Amino acid sequence: MIGFVARRLLAALPTLLAVLTLVFLIVRVIPGDPALVILGDQATPEAAAALRGRLGLDRPLLTQYLDFLYSALTGDFGRSLVTSRPILEEVTAVLPHTLDLTIASMVIGVVVGIPAGIAAALHRNGFIDVAARLLSLIGLSFPVFVSGIFLLLAFALHWRIFPVIGNADLADPLDRLHKMALPAATLGLVMAAYVTRVTRSAMLQSLSEDYIRTARAKGVPWRRVVWVHGLRNASIPVVTVVGLYVGILIGNSVLTEIVFNRPGLGKIIVGALNQRDYTMLQGLMVIYCFLIVVVNLVTDLLYGVLDPRVKA
Amino acid sequence: MSGAVLPARRVGAVSRAIRKALANPTTLIGALICLAIALAAIFAPWLAPFDPTEQNIIDRLASPGGDYLLGTDQFGRDVLSRLLWGARISLVVSLGAISAAAVVGGTIGMVSGYIGGRFDLFTMQVMDVLLSFPSLILGLIVVALLGPELENLVFAIALTAVAPFARIARAPTLALKERAFVEGGRALGFSHTRVLFRHILPNILPEVMVMASLWLATAVRVEASLSFIGLGVKPPTATWGGMTRDGFENILDAPWLAIAPGVAILLLVLGLNMVGDGLRDATDPKLRAE
Repeated sequence: MIGFVARRLLAALPTLLAVLTLVFLIVRVIPGDPALVILGDQATPEAAAALRGRLGLDRPLLTQYLDFLYSALTGDFGRSLVTSRPILEEVTAVLPHTLDLTIASMVIGVVVGIPAGIAAALHRNGFIDVAARLLSLIGLSFPVFVSGIFLLLAFALHWRIFPVIGNADLADPLDRLHKMALPAATLGLVMAAYVTRVTRSAMLQSLSEDYIRTARAKGVPWRRVVWVHGLRNASIPVVTVVGLYVGILIGNSVLTEIVFNRPGLGKIIVGALNQRDYTMLQGLMVIYCFLIVVVNLVTDLLYGVLDPRVKA
Repeated sequence: MSGAVLPARRVGAVSRAIRKALANPTTLIGALICLAIALAAIFAPWLAPFDPTEQNIIDRLASPGGDYLLGTDQFGRDVLSRLLWGARISLVVSLGAISAAAVVGGTIGMVSGYIGGRFDLFTMQVMDVLLSFPSLILGLIVVALLGPELENLVFAIALTAVAPFARIARAPTLALKERAFVEGGRALGFSHTRVLFRHILPNILPEVMVMASLWLATAVRVEASLSFIGLGVKPPTATWGGMTRDGFENILDAPWLAIAPGVAILLLVLGLNMVGDGLRDATDPKLRAE
């Protein structure tokens, strides 16, 4: 197992390096001088040159690149242009809110999606299957800001069950849950739609395999066949989709945080865009990429746990 | 020699798949939704009862009904007219972005698979890296750096969709280049360009088209999301995402303002997903046998 983990860690390094290179390139290759973009209407040639100096953009590209890689890999993501505070500090201040939301949405997505997908596969073309397919089609067609606004209108403004604003007191767990309910439902239900689809088709695939017929012929109870033999073999595509979905969840959380006025990474990124906080954007992109690489790594490791053949 | 007749047969396969998909009621409903929205967008100047940017402060935040079928926004602009005109932005941006992504991504994947070796390895590594970015975040940053113009939105959304097209075009190319008709073409002295575009391309076209129909739905969603965040085509131009944002900001006084554009986005994405699913099922060899 340790060898497998070490191999996976090593394999993640080139990806991380490539992703960092892409972040570096995106910010520099895209036409437009960042100094002029940041200064906007007040850009004089002198001010632009001064800002380029401050950002280090007047140095040779290779020096900038090596410097960027070194700081990113040592955990130094720079300082915000607007507040001058270290980016990591700004991010860790709101991270609990983002983690709350992400984890709660994943729980809803998995807890609703996997059973729904299994039920649909077991009743193929029956009422449950048709309903699950239709609901998941509608679910994955909803942009999250639209479903968020609809939930807000229904449950916060019409029925007044949940609060309109989601800035929770982190010390109070009940308050955290209460304020998280609607945003987490918004993100979680869309995710459940994806998970239902993938679970259904993976289960249909795995239930049609020969080993399922063999298990049934041996007299293994149907319940055990489904949950042990069927689900375990269907779990790899499901885990893949849940892992890939983290990227979508990160994007969608930006929209959810706007709708429910919650603090979080998404709010910071939109703030940085509006204030043209260029170093903040670059730092956030790097942090997002680290997150994605870590999630991919965890997904890979889970494959090894679920399917011993992967480790070979 | 079979290569010479294959293109015609493959184009037949595309229209056969479309006919087969439309036989499915879900796909047909989806196609009708998309058609209705496309017609609304094309005929917006004639269908819209008012100028979409004309402000009428006396009638601001009017409820639906009466002169204004869907009410008016905070500037007294007619919501229905803005909805009809807004359909144009959604369709132009998503069609533009996905056509660009399909052509660029498809070519990258096809050429990469055809050449193979280190070039292929490198290209696919680059595509994997692009894939690992959350697409909304990538779009957000690209539009923010380039400025919220129509063509920049198209570019940003296309950039997020290039990698999936490269992958879908590469896989069948790897198998096709070993086939007799491709080797035959090479033996006859056909150029690589001719082999690629006359013999391989027609064979991967159905896959690329199915992918394009599914990604159109995503593109509509991303465009609407960017407009909602405030990075869409600039106001006063009507965009569905921007209208939802206006409605959201007036949600206490005029809750209907956010509902109409929200439902419009949902319907278009749903319609496109229904068509995409139908086309995928119609071209999936595993399902074809059923």
